[in-house]
This record gives sequence, structure tokens and C-alpha cells, in this order.
Amino acid sequence: METTRTKNEKIVYQRPASFRPAPTHYCPGCTHGIAHRLIAEVVDEMGIREKTIGVASVGCSAFTYLYFNFDFTQAPHGRAPAMATGIKRTLPDKIVITYQGDGDLASIGMGEIAAAAARGENISVFFLNNAIYGMTGGQMAPTTLPGQKTSSSPHGRDVEAAGYPIRTSEMLATLDGAGYVVRRSLHSPKEIRRTKKAIRMAFETQLRGLGFSMVEMLSSCPTNWGEQPADAMEWIKDNMVPYYPIGDFKVHPALANIK
Amino acid sequence: MAKELLKGNIAFAEAAVRAGVDAYFGYPITPQTEALEYLSDRMPGLGRAFVQAESELGAINMVYGAACTGRRAMTSSSSPGVSLMMEGLSYIAGTEVPMVIVDVMRGGPGLGNIAPAQSDYNHMIHGGGHGDYYPIVLAPANIQETIDLTYEAFELAEKYRSIVVILIDGSIGQMMEPAELPPMKPRKKQFPEWATDGCEGRPARFLSSIALDPPIQEVTNLRILKRWNKVRDNEVRYKTYYMDDARYAVVGFGTAGRISLSAVRAARAEGIPIGLVRPISLHPFPEQILDDLSKELDGMLVVEMNNGQMLNDVRVHTKDRLPISFLGRPGGMLPMEEDIHEAIKRLVEDPPPIGSDPRDRWFAEICKEKGL
Amino acid sequence: MPSKGRIEVSDFYCKGCGLCVNFCPKQVIRLAPDRLNPKGYHPAEQFQEGCIACGTCALVCPDAAITVYRFAKQPVAAGA
Repeated sequence: METTRTKNEKIVYQRPASFRPAPTHYCPGCTHGIAHRLIAEVVDEMGIREKTIGVASVGCSAFTYLYFNFDFTQAPHGRAPAMATGIKRTLPDKIVITYQGDGDLASIGMGEIAAAAARGENISVFFLNNAIYGMTGGQMAPTTLPGQKTSSSPHGRDVEAAGYPIRTSEMLATLDGAGYVVRRSLHSPKEIRRTKKAIRMAFETQLRGLGFSMVEMLSSCPTNWGEQPADAMEWIKDNMVPYYPIGDFKVHPALANIK
Repeated sequence: MAKELLKGNIAFAEAAVRAGVDAYFGYPITPQTEALEYLSDRMPGLGRAFVQAESELGAINMVYGAACTGRRAMTSSSSPGVSLMMEGLSYIAGTEVPMVIVDVMRGGPGLGNIAPAQSDYNHMIHGGGHGDYYPIVLAPANIQETIDLTYEAFELAEKYRSIVVILIDGSIGQMMEPAELPPMKPRKKQFPEWATDGCEGRPARFLSSIALDPPIQEVTNLRILKRWNKVRDNEVRYKTYYMDDARYAVVGFGTAGRISLSAVRAARAEGIPIGLVRPISLHPFPEQILDDLSKELDGMLVVEMNNGQMLNDVRVHTKDRLPISFLGRPGGMLPMEEDIHEAIKRLVEDPPPIGSDPRDRWFAEICKEKGL
Repeated sequence: MPSKGRIEVSDFYCKGCGLCVNFCPKQVIRLAPDRLNPKGYHPAEQFQEGCIACGTCALVCPDAAITVYRFAKQPVAAGA
């Protein structure tokens, strides 16, 4: 962005270079934007823009490739970890990331993500969990909470009929190929700062070849939850954090010495 | 180079290696698993990429990712596994990136069996993935042809930014024949201007099959068709045998064509003026030769290892100008030379009415035989 | 508290989501009540003094619409 900085001012924060100068299609207050921004900031700070290749998925984030200023491909629904594997195995010196929502990763793509983690693929997965299917209009997701009303669970998720939500990070952390699997949240400034550190650690995991890395980020969907953006942040804190605890589920010992 | 005794699955795998394949991703499925096993050692041995994926779904998407980087990527599978790959093939076609796939067909539908079949013809050429797209489909009939076509496949794919399918059946995959392997090609050093392989020193790129705006998607479709028209005009391949003096022709591809050749020779020894047309490119289909022959010949016999799939294309391009009969062995059965010979004799002695469904007589007879 | 800095919100990116308004510790941001940006949102704006250049608004902004400036420390005059 253009700056009106005068010579008596320092810029404390400005839009990161790896975040293209394009308005996004995300709803006002959607945490996708925050996650994009954090990833762009980390890529810039680590100076890896020119060797990063992203794989976009299907969902609200299908158009991720329009927003980052580095090479991107676009995968069929759920298949991003497989595409990322194909890229990373062919070009092992590049940094390969995927960016996926909860339907993409934990429903249709469960096979691909589990296999990639089991294989210890040196890719970094950024997983936005907002307990709902955003793009298609608010249906139940594998991460939808018991009792949560969605357009395909209009009376609230009935665990008898529809089962229980999946805690993906905990599940994937059981795999030996996983090097860094953590859950963070985007619901407050403090949690956003912690998420940024985790994003950086995921890249460090990949740079050091320490296996599969994933940062699950508790996110909001103001539109489909029917909440104002600031209230949606509260909803994450009050409803999602108790079910999906923020924490580190797998951290390779070699990462302990980083910052 | 000297001939070696090679198994079909190993032959196509090594041919791909020598053609410079950078990445192979696959999954075990009979009757092509030997290719995966062979490459699981050969590829890492050469420092190239190999992954046994979690499924064919994983494999095709790994190929998609690798293909987007402009490197040479391939997979192989068999009919039920190829069904799983259809989503990926549509995306690959929609993104217009090149890749190679070998389909070693087996009996179906469903899980079927592991015996050889040709029932993926429609799947690969007329159906399969969603949308309008046009893979190049090549059907070798022996191991040498399999090697030669696989060796050529990557350049062909790159020339037209296309999917190239090597369509064989389980018997070609499993049999062993003497054949010559080609020399090892040097690895590619130049990569296409669309490749997403890291934006060092250049603007960032992206590859996507999305075109939300219908006018843009329309142009994409037309561009794909335009490229296909070039393929159609330049890449038709087929072989003819004994057609110079023939009044009749057998039309068959792959193993069906190969067995038919023996039957044609036996029929000729009895004085029947018959030859063989063996399409090698099934897509683009050898329309012109069939159109020409349909004006001169007195009859055609189509032999396939399915219920009649290429048969429909033969009918389209011969435009009901001559009697056509059919011999099919679906479900993993092989047509026998004697049966083809019998069918040739019947075509000559008692040709079916022009314009009738070539399946009619065959179906009535085979059902009677099977007690159906 | 004297201002330590200021923010600028881009009308081009801002979607009027209000997260910056909600999280600003000094309550110096509001959604402009009297104007709309080209997308039809009331964009955020700093409407009073007191910004401490903490960067929280930019941290929570999903559209990276905010630039945060810190004023340089003024030299102390001799004898003051």
C-alpha cells in the first residue's frame, strides 16, 4: 500500500508484500484473511517467497492462489496433500504448503491428509477449522459441534445420527511421520500472535526436513454462524476452544531450540 | 541394442524411465503391479521421485502436482483404479498440463476379475472424467509397441499439453516377449513458461482449472478443442495387414487385433480375401481409413474384448455403407483364433443386413451357447 | 495519554468488519458513520487522538487494510 509516512514516523505495520494488492472475496471479518496475512508475513520475514509453492483447495479458500504473491496450484477437493506430495517429491528444495478448510481436509480429504502425515511428507499444511462448510452455504462439517445448527443439521448436530466431531490434530499427531502438529486459534490478538509463531515453526519444520507439519487454526464463519465478526470471535472462544483445545500435539525434539 | 526378454509391465516402466520420467506415483492393482514394484527401486536408484500413494486417488493427484511443475510425471493402474483417477484426469485436462497414464485393462464392471479386457475404451475416450476433454489414447498390441509408444508419450503429451493414455490389457502387461529397449534420454533442462516451480527471478504464476466466469470457461473449452483438432490432424496411427487385395477387413485393437491377425492368416490360407486394420491411436480414431475402406469393401468384422465399444466408432465412420458383424468377449475372456475364423467365414458366406446392429447375431449365438 | 502514533485504513481493502474497533485497546477507531467505500461498507477510521501504535488493529485485520505509524520521539529542548 502507498504510505503517507512523514519523516517523523516509523511504520510499525504495513501490508506484507507476499499478500497481493487484491481485495479478497472473503466475508467481512472472516478469519481466512487473518490466516492469509500471517502466512504472507512469515514468508516475507523468512525470505522464502521465491521458493514457496502453494496448493489451494476447494471451499472458500479455493481462490487462495489469487491472493499470495508466489507460485500456486489448485487441487481437487481434499487432494491438496497429494498434489503437494507430487510437487515436493519432484522439487525437494522448494517449500510446499497447502491451505485447506475443514470439509476439504477432514471430510473428503481425510485419506490424503492422513497418508501425507504418515509418510512424513515435508510439507506444511494450514488448516482452517470453522466447524462448518462455508462456500457451499453452511452445511455440517466433520468439525461441527454436537447440537450446532447448520443448514444440513437444522435441528442441531445429533450425535446419534451424525456421529461426533473429529479432532484432527490429535489424530494426526499419533503418526510417527508427523513433525509438528499444533492447534491454535484466531479469536483474539494474543491467540493470533501465537498462531503466527506456530506458522513460522511449521516452515522451520519443513526447512529442516523434520516431517509433516500442520497448524490447525480455530476460525470463524460469521456469515454462516449468523454472528457479527466480533461476536463470532467470542463464539470460537466459548464453544470451539473447549472442544478443540489449543496446544501442541507433536513437536519434533529438534524444534525445541528454535526461538 | 540387443533384444531382451521383457514382461510387459516392466517394459513400459523402463521405457518411461528411459524417456526421462521425473516422477512416478502409483498404487498396487493387478495386473499392473509389477510396474510399481519395479519403479519402487529403479526411480530412487536414479534419484527420481517415486511414491506408492495411499490410493489411486492419491496417485493421480500427486501426478497432477508434479505435472504442474513442468516435470515429466506418470502413473499406471488398471480399470477399477482408473475409475478413481477420473476426477484427477478431468482436472489435469482442465488445467492443460501434460502427463502419461498406462491403463492395463481387466474384466469388469466393478471389481470384476484380473483377466485381460478392453472394456475401458469408452471410459478413456468417450466418458470418464467430467467435461469436454480429449486424451490421446494409444493401443499397442505387443511389448515392442508398448515400449515405443511409452517412450514417445511424454514428448507427445508436452507437444499438445495433453494427457496421453497407453491402453493395454492384462495379457500384454503380464506376458513376456523379446523386445528392444531404447537409449536413456537426457533429463529435461528447460521447463514450460506456465510451470509453477517457484517464482525465483520471475513473477509468480498459478495453475487452476477454475474459470468461474462462463465466458472465460467457454474460451478454455474452445482452446482445448482447437488443440485437439491439431492432434486429430497429425497423430492418427494404425497398421494394415493384407489390405491390398482384400474384400473384407477385421478391425481390432491391442490383443484382439493381434489374435485376429492369426485368424486373418488362416482365412487367407483358405482363399478368403481378408485383411486386418489395427488402430494404434484410438483417439484420434483412424476415421479416414475406415471411411475409405467402407466404400470399397464387402464387409467388416469388429473383434473386441468387451460388449462392443470401438464398434460404435467403426459404425459411425463407415456410415452404414457395408455389412458389419461383431465378435465380443467381455468380462476377461480372450477371443480365440478359431472363433474369429468362424466369424470371418460367416461374414463372407452370410453377411448381416446393412445397417443392422452388428451385435445381434453374435449376441443371440453367444447367449445360446451360455444358456442365457 | 498523548498519542504515540496513528493509523491509516485503506478504503480499498476495508470491509467494515469492525474487528479493529472491537480490539483497539484505546478505542480510537470507529466505522465511519457518514461515508461508504466503493464496496458499500462503512470503512474503519481513526477518529480521535490516543493511538499508542500497538498494532493490535493491524494484527486482527483480515484484509491487511491498516498501516500503523509510530511518531518519532521528539528531541527534548535544552533548558526545558
